Amino acid sequence: MEILHLEGTEDTPKIILDKKNGIFEISGRSLPEDSAEFYRPVLEWIGQYSSDPNPTTDFVFKLEYFNTASSKLILDVLSALEDIKGMKILWYYHEDDEDMQEAGQEFSELVEIPFEFKTY
Amino acid sequence: MDFIYNLHRTMLSQNLILVYQGDFTQETTKSILAMAERNLDSSGEESSIKRKVFNVMVEALQNIVKHSDELIDGQMRSHAAIFLIGKEANRYSIMTGNPIRKSNVEKLNQALTHINSLDKDGLKELYKNIIKNTTISEKGGAGLGFVDMARKSGEKLEFAFPEMNSEYCFFCLKVNVPRESGE
Repeated sequence: MEILHLEGTEDTPKIILDKKNGIFEISGRSLPEDSAEFYRPVLEWIGQYSSDPNPTTDFVFKLEYFNTASSKLILDVLSALEDIKGMKILWYYHEDDEDMQEAGQEFSELVEIPFEFKTY
Repeated sequence: MDFIYNLHRTMLSQNLILVYQGDFTQETTKSILAMAERNLDSSGEESSIKRKVFNVMVEALQNIVKHSDELIDGQMRSHAAIFLIGKEANRYSIMTGNPIRKSNVEKLNQALTHINSLDKDGLKELYKNIIKNTTISEKGGAGLGFVDMARKSGEKLEFAFPEMNSEYCFFCLKVNVPRESGE
């Protein structure tokens, strides 16, 4: 399966989705002008991956900041991951960033996927 | 030339650290964010406060970008909106002003009044309800911006709709971010 790799910019996150090496990560800042357009390839990639996933998947969210339009798309991403067996979300937040911690907790209440919280 | 000095004095007396009027696009949004971020960094502001200010700024600016097409009159459109940041000893204020059709005032007024009627838990519930049930609008919004601003601010949103002309009001919004962290 092809690797999806997008370098981060000042308003879009870095994304690596690499089945072979088991790297699944969205990190940095997410405030794109058109969040639906930006996350479309991510959702498409997950759609393909879900038909033949690895036995276990640790999907990393390590976001410094995201806007509300992105939060809706992050929920869409999580919903797409929800039915994949062996899925776990690793939600990273900066140790003094309560808002990011709370955001992760809220997402974890909205989908049926185990979340592990980690600070950095 | 008095207006230059007057404007300068107004900015000082109102504790404004940044004023921008003009076109609002994603590009100007990024520039304004970068400028404000440098300002917050150089003043050594606490990182949790910085993040909240940044957060509110993004939502406020992107609101303007998404709705700046509301003015059909081409001439007014290019300089239609204003964005300001104030800094006082105990708080930052993020302020915006942009034209809105009179027909949209009531709906916006109701939405903001409802947000202001909610406490912390109520806002959280509203946020979760919207994010579960919303789809991204044509303009790219999720309908969460004001709720998020209210949550990050921890204070009531201040707003007013002074009349511009027979068709438009000027939507003024002020969001305060307290500088003392902690509950």
